Amino acid sequence: MDALLLSRIQFGFVISFHILFPAFTIGLASWLAFIEWRWLRTKDDLWRDLYFFWLKIFAVSFGMGVVSGIVMSFQFGTNWAVLSEKAGNILGPLLSYEVLTAFFLEASFLGVMLFGWKKVSDKLHFFATLMVAIGTMISTFWIISANSWMQTPQGYSLDAQGVFYPESWWAIVFNPSFPYRLAHMVLAAFITTCFVIGGVSAWYLRRGVHVEAGKRMLKHAVAFAAIAVPLQIFVGDLHGLNVREYQPTKLAAMEAHWRSEPPGHGVPLILFAVPNEREERNDYEVAIPKLGSLILTHTLDGDIQPLTAVPRDERPPVAPVFYAFRIMVGLGMAMLLLTLASLWAWRRKTLFTSRWILDGWRVLAPSGFIALLAGWYVVEIGRQPYVVYGLLRTADAVSPNIVAAAVLSSLIIYAAAYAFVFGAGIWYLGKLLHKGPVKQPPKDTEGGEKTPARPLSLPDESIDGGAA
Amino acid sequence: MEYWLPVIWFGVIGFGALMYVLLDGFVLGLGILAPFAEDEHQLDHMMNTAAPIWDGNETWLVLGGAGLLAAFPKAYALILSALYLPVLLMLVALVFRGVAFEFRFKAERSKPLWGGAFALGSLCAAFWQGVILGAIVEGMPLQEGKYVGGMVDFYSPFSMLTGAAVVFGYALLGASWLILKTEGELQKTARTLARPLVLVVVVFIGLVSAWLPFLDSRIMARWFDTGNFWWLSPVPLLVLVVAFALWRAAMAHGRDARPFLLTMSLFVLGFAGLVLGMWPFIVPPSLTLWQAASPPSSQGFVLVGLVVLLPVILGYTWWSYRVFAGKVASDSGYH
Repeated sequence: MDALLLSRIQFGFVISFHILFPAFTIGLASWLAFIEWRWLRTKDDLWRDLYFFWLKIFAVSFGMGVVSGIVMSFQFGTNWAVLSEKAGNILGPLLSYEVLTAFFLEASFLGVMLFGWKKVSDKLHFFATLMVAIGTMISTFWIISANSWMQTPQGYSLDAQGVFYPESWWAIVFNPSFPYRLAHMVLAAFITTCFVIGGVSAWYLRRGVHVEAGKRMLKHAVAFAAIAVPLQIFVGDLHGLNVREYQPTKLAAMEAHWRSEPPGHGVPLILFAVPNEREERNDYEVAIPKLGSLILTHTLDGDIQPLTAVPRDERPPVAPVFYAFRIMVGLGMAMLLLTLASLWAWRRKTLFTSRWILDGWRVLAPSGFIALLAGWYVVEIGRQPYVVYGLLRTADAVSPNIVAAAVLSSLIIYAAAYAFVFGAGIWYLGKLLHKGPVKQPPKDTEGGEKTPARPLSLPDESIDGGAA
Repeated sequence: MEYWLPVIWFGVIGFGALMYVLLDGFVLGLGILAPFAEDEHQLDHMMNTAAPIWDGNETWLVLGGAGLLAAFPKAYALILSALYLPVLLMLVALVFRGVAFEFRFKAERSKPLWGGAFALGSLCAAFWQGVILGAIVEGMPLQEGKYVGGMVDFYSPFSMLTGAAVVFGYALLGASWLILKTEGELQKTARTLARPLVLVVVVFIGLVSAWLPFLDSRIMARWFDTGNFWWLSPVPLLVLVVAFALWRAAMAHGRDARPFLLTMSLFVLGFAGLVLGMWPFIVPPSLTLWQAASPPSSQGFVLVGLVVLLPVILGYTWWSYRVFAGKVASDSGYH
């Protein structure tokens, strides 16, 4: 294996690990803001208990997102020096704006959110939560903008050495794929969190613990999913049309569409196939005629650009893109079905008792994470062999001086460290979720700021002890 | 603008790096001093002094990375790919240090494990930061703007010296932070540690300074060549004055903020000396800031945001420190 392939594996590994945590915390931050707002409005203690429960989950997840994110901000330089040199004029400012507008905001107010409960007023604490939630949104805005620019670059000029120069920042930030991808990602993050919340609630209800909390959270999860999941399917469809226009080869790989259909024939929707790259066809294909055209072009006989329209060295690996896309869509459909079934059960007043519904939520609890990763694999493998679409090849973007042995060592070190650290993190998250919300002591208003903050939740703090 | 924008950005990156060194320096220092904690409870206490703010402190490192990519993409690409291994080891160490904050307070049986991760992560992160600093100061062999050195060129007696120097420097920052933020036994331990640390740090500053003119990159040498020496001559003197004041302040009860302020001054002096010595190179000995700079359309675009946002960031950072101002009691709990 050479330094290029190893660098690609390493980048794929560290970014896949990283994205799970921000995606979860984007949704959680807004959920926490919602919960705290409900508590401020109703002063219902259950809301406050739920706030502290999810706050602990948030703290652990956010911490893992931060440390894996710091690794990301240096990957471009260590392994992709040529990309940094050639596209740094454009990517650097976008990432800098992310740090300036989002990271400091999140980090500073996170401290108040986690530790300031007894040091600031209720309203100010809510403000801190709100700032963290807004920070996660701003962060998404910039990072998706940077990624989208690499997918659908515009607003730049190129010099003789292939270095990108910004010509219009407006055109760069709001590049053609950006609005669709931002909406798709934010919804994906919200839905991921929503299904974790719903899944955890269903788990409590099935176990007969934290019943009040479980009912309340499950209702909110179902209601939210009823809006967000259909909306996501609609946005995903718009995004697909955008990909057809700007990255037709990616779309062809997503559909494993090798050749143009005869006029008027329409593109079938392939349900299953084994893409055969050497022979440029699919084996074991199961397809529904014309449905592909209907979905991709919104007509019955529309055609899309086939893979064979471009030479082999311009095509992405077809199979991973094809399968990842099907996993994402399949999970989306499963989420939609479960949401509809839950609404129906809610009407029949069996939402909290139906074994099928509750187990459905438990099973789909991690579905958002899987769908999100699958979606990102479609995006990132589908844009190969380019890192800046159509302009800079991934093979030409790798650091020229790094040797395979060094990248192999770093990959092993990252893999071992992440397995250990994030394995432990997920274990602690599991323990916290298993334990569930705990009754919080009332806020002590005497003494004011001089009183050292009493441990808010000392009895329930240790989670790998025996008493959980 | 072609001349001044890169100069301004050199200052901005320098400021960001200094903020990082000062702010995360004391948090890493706590980790380096963790083995001196008498028990788990005292380590809790040490970590609680920084728990609400460490994340914000570390963000200055991310700003440094992103800012370098935006303003000097060539330098970002060169430094990080040339120092591949030390950067990797620093990042992995920071991962362990960072999660230790979250996990340690959630763990019971595995608590000592995460205490160890905190200590070792901090120590290694500090050491590798020092090595990276030393390797940059020493210079990198470039031909036509491309790095032509090997992957272990960072290893040299000088970079090992700067690695050790940063470890002890951060330890001193950590000790003086503890003097500021704690009382009782822990503060006493911190005071006892501070004095020998002052001596060691002064010796390291002396060694590094004496070595600088003899490096291939000839950092500082320029200052001696051109008679600018007199400009710099007050710096060593100031270092000695500050160090002496710090020695006395370490044991002076009732003025608990003073050691921390003096240690920060010591860092500012050393840092300013190094940055001025690098001028006008961003990657010594041949890549100047103008050669490495991104175009004015990139540098200007971020600078506009920086001018507006940096005061706001400093404002709410200051506010969050205010919220957690004062002594941290030994039983103050985590969220």
